[in-house]
This record gives sequence, structure tokens and C-alpha cells, in this order.
Amino acid sequence: MALKHKTPMLDELMKGPWPSFVTDIKRVAERKPQCDDILGLMELSYKDREGHWKHGGIVGVFGYGGGVIGRYCDRPDLFPNVAHFHTMRVNQPASKFYKTDVLRKLCDIWEEKGSGLFNFHGSTGDIILLGTTTDQLEAIFYELTHELGMDLGGSGSNMRTPEGCVGRARCEWSCLDTQDIVYDITMRYQDELHRPAFPYKFKFKVSGCPNDCVAAIARADCSIIGTWRDKIRIDQEAVRAYVGGELVPHGGADGPEKRPLDIQAEVIDKCPTKCMEWDGKNLKIWDEDCVRCMHCINIMPRALRPGEDVGATILVGSKAPILEGAQLSSVIIPFMKMEPPYEEFHEFVGKMWDWWMEHGKNRERLGELIQRLGMREFLRATDVKPDPRMVNTPRYNPYIFYDPDDVPGGWSRDPKAYRERHQP
Amino acid sequence: MSSKEEAKERIINWMKEQKKSKHYFNDICKAVPEINMREAKKLINELVSEGRLRYWTSGSTTMYMLPGVDDVEKEEKGMV
Ligand code: HEM
Ligand code: SF4
Ligand code: SF4
Repeated sequence: MALKHKTPMLDELMKGPWPSFVTDIKRVAERKPQCDDILGLMELSYKDREGHWKHGGIVGVFGYGGGVIGRYCDRPDLFPNVAHFHTMRVNQPASKFYKTDVLRKLCDIWEEKGSGLFNFHGSTGDIILLGTTTDQLEAIFYELTHELGMDLGGSGSNMRTPEGCVGRARCEWSCLDTQDIVYDITMRYQDELHRPAFPYKFKFKVSGCPNDCVAAIARADCSIIGTWRDKIRIDQEAVRAYVGGELVPHGGADGPEKRPLDIQAEVIDKCPTKCMEWDGKNLKIWDEDCVRCMHCINIMPRALRPGEDVGATILVGSKAPILEGAQLSSVIIPFMKMEPPYEEFHEFVGKMWDWWMEHGKNRERLGELIQRLGMREFLRATDVKPDPRMVNTPRYNPYIFYDPDDVPGGWSRDPKAYRERHQP
Repeated sequence: MSSKEEAKERIINWMKEQKKSKHYFNDICKAVPEINMREAKKLINELVSEGRLRYWTSGSTTMYMLPGVDDVEKEEKGMV
């Protein structure tokens, strides 16, 4: 079937050896008129250099404030099949494990009731169902929940669908049960996920180790990153095997060949805190100075492993630029055991949310609020004691303020008496 | 009327008095200043379940508005 709209500019994007979303959508457009219109609409946007989507709406499923994002095109006269083209977010299973029959069923539902286009996965982590009409929303929701045991994810001013790395399911470095933590947060905070009442979005992301494969430190208002507080486990025999050229360094990530590892240049000299030493036979690590950057472990995975006393570092406040510039999360709790039922963690979350809901301005992320009112206020509100490990560069900033309460003996000050002794 | 129903009533009245139709959660809470936010959230959720308030969302933010009988129809026809 010939497509209705000519799309010369989009067609440029079909050239080259890489996958093309234009090719993909054209294939679906053979059977789905909305996909034909979506290409036509996009071609028009390329021509006009303007978007043709209106922003937002009231549509949703009953009782949920999130999970559906109303989308209407502003040229329904030209593209009637995408006059309504709502997005649905589906909460993906922790670490994105699926059975193929679930995926097939999901495709069946969406082929029948939507555009047939998916996004696996959106940058939120959810499965994104791209494009349906208002009258299909409840029916899709019913089938998702009743036939697949799946739920809608977060959107708007609520807790967003939490996300985690593959963790212990496949990765030997994981210091956390990332699936369990994601599941626990999802189930415990159903109200926060579905009924928006925050100043703005709030994201949790969980990485099993400091390699941080879900980029929790850059993308989550609360980043949970696995770490250990004992020593890196060393197999000296295997270290010598790397140096002797018997093993493939970097797990094969920079070439599959065996070669002698230049341990001094590739490991020791690159340790950010210079806490390692190699005497030609044995590797020594001063673990008290190790900042758990993972570099040495990444280079010599057969020889080095994270310690056994594992837990998480809790960081807060990262975000992409909107009101303020991009920000990374800051360490708030350097180490927490992070074992079920995670009470210590949830107690912290409760205090953090109370403070943000109380003081946050509309559309102000937690990180921006901390920037505005100060880390001191945040630590006070969450009952966390300041710790040198929260400071990026100790002694960089000489302005240190003390509270009388924080200093043994404290002090009191009488401004009136002061003025009697000192003229203004 | 229970104090809870009275507070819900005050929220609805506050919404009616405003010039704009869409409001942030934070601002609606000002209608019931003596109630903390977690409790206010429960009231607002109830109002949504009862169909007396409805959500509007851009996808990134959420706002609340009073429902009209033909809201969805109007939105679909591009009248709002
Ligand atoms: C323990 C006592 C003092 C402390 C902690 C202190 C602290 C400071 C600090 C932090 C600044 C830098 C302000 C800035 O650049 O933003 C400063 C500037 C200054 N202070 Fe003090 N100060 C003390 C005593 C004094 C005394 C006794 C004098 C003079 C009698 C003085 C004269 C100055 C002057 C002239 C500047 C430079 C002002 C400028 O660059 O505009 N300070 N002081
Ligand atoms: S973040 Fe660490 S534990 Fe998780 S998958 Fe990546 S390397 Fe493995
Ligand atoms: S993990 Fe990083 S800081 Fe720690 S010893 Fe290895 S290279 Fe050094």
C-alpha cells in the first residue's frame, strides 16, 4: 500500500547502515493509518521547524494522576488519524526482565488498541506505548492489570517508576539486590506513584556498584549506589597472571587478546587516591584511602572483587537542567546496610519528602531546593549528621559555620551587651 | 458536616474563587492552611475519586482543576 504522505526529508534518515525509526514506522504505517499521519506530521515539523503537538491534557485512567500523557496534534485537519495520540507509560519489571509471552501479549493489546509503536524503554525506564485515543485508555489499562499483572508507571508531579541495574541477577559486582529494592520502593509508594502531590517529579534509581550502570548519580533525585566498607578482595595469584599475560585485561573490553597488563600504568597510576602499590609480586591496597571508584576491579576482574560487607551509599539531588543547570547527586548517607525491610531507608525518605513538600516551590526539584535553602537545612530536616565524606574537596571552602548546639559547651550571645562594649 | 467534609468544601470554594482554572497541589493547600500536606493530599485524593476535582498533566507536571461535564469532549475538539 502506498503511503499517503510524501516525506522526502524524513527519508534521508533511512539512509546509512544504522537502524532508522523512519524505516520502522513506515513498516507499521502499511497497516496503521496513524503511523502514516505521524510521518506526515513530522515531515511538516521539519519543514516548518516547529512542533505540532499540544502539551498535556486531562485524559487518564480512573483514580490515577499519572501514567497517561494527553497528546493532541494541532493540525487535525491535515492529520486526522493523530488528532489524539496519547502516550501511556507502563511500569517495567525490575531490571527489565520479561518472559516472551508477556511481550507478545503486550504487542497484541497494543496492536489492537493503539498505534502498534512502542518505545523499549523510555528514558524514564518505562515501556512507552506511543499513541492511542481516549476511548481506549481504560480498556488497555484493564487488560494490562488483569491479564498481564502490569501497572501504569509514573508521570507528572509524582514518584516516577523506579529503575535499577541488572544487579545480582547477572552481575558479579553487585553489592545490592537491586530488583528487590526497586520492587520494594514501587509497592510501598503506590500512592506517591499514582496520585501526584509533590512539587514536581521524583526519581529513585538503584545501581548495584559504583560503576552505576543506570547513571543513578546523574538522573535520580535519590540515587542508591552499592558499595562495601571492608576491603577489596585480592587474589594475588590472578594479579600475577594478569601481569604475566595469561589473562585478558579489562574483561575483554579493550580487545579480546591476552596481553601482559602494565599494572603500574594501567592500574596503580590511575587509582584516583593513589592508594595502591605493586612490588613486582604482590599488590597492596590501603583500603582506608580507597574511594570505591571500581577502576582497578574493572581492569582485573579475575583478581579483584568488591568486599563482602556490602551496602549502599545514598545520594540526593541530581537532575537535568530546567530551572537550574544540571546537577549530580550529593552523598547524604555514606553507608547503609540496605537489607529488607529497608526501614532505615524509608524513614529517611519520609523525612526527605516531608521537607520537600513543605518547602519546595512548584516545579522545584529536591536538588534545587537544597541549592536554594542549603545542605545544612536539608541535613537538619532529615536528622543526618554532617560527615566529611559529604564534602567533595575538604578545606576548599574556608567558611565554616557552627551552631552553638553542635559545639561542646555551646555559647550564648547578647547583642545588646555587645553594643554597649562596641560602638557601631 | 464533619470537619473533613468542611475542609473539602473549602478547597472546592477556593478553586471556584480563582481566576485561573488549573492549580498546583501546593497552592490548593493554601485553602486549608491548618492541615498538613500529607493530610491535605488525602482530602484532595478523595475529591478526585468523587469526581469533584480532576487532574491535568503536561506529562512532567500535574495540576488540578474543577471538572466540567464535557471536559474530555472539549479537549478533544481543541476547545480548551
Ligand atoms: C577573627 C576575626 C575576623 C574574621 C573571622 C574575619 C573574617 C573575614 C572574612 C571572611 C573576610 C572576607 C570577606 C569577603 O571577602 O567576602 C574578611 C575581610 C576583611 N576583614 Fe575580616 N575578619 C576578622 C577580623 C577582622 C579585623 C579585626 C579587621 C580589621 C580591624 C578585619 C578587616 C577586614 C578587611 C579590611 C577585610 C577586607 C574587606 C574587603 O576586601 O572588602 N577583619 N574578614
Ligand atoms: S552498576 Fe555495577 S552491579 Fe550494576 S550492572 Fe553495572 S557493574 Fe554490575
Ligand atoms: S577502587 Fe579505585 S580508589 Fe579503590 S583501590 Fe581501586 S582504583 Fe583505587
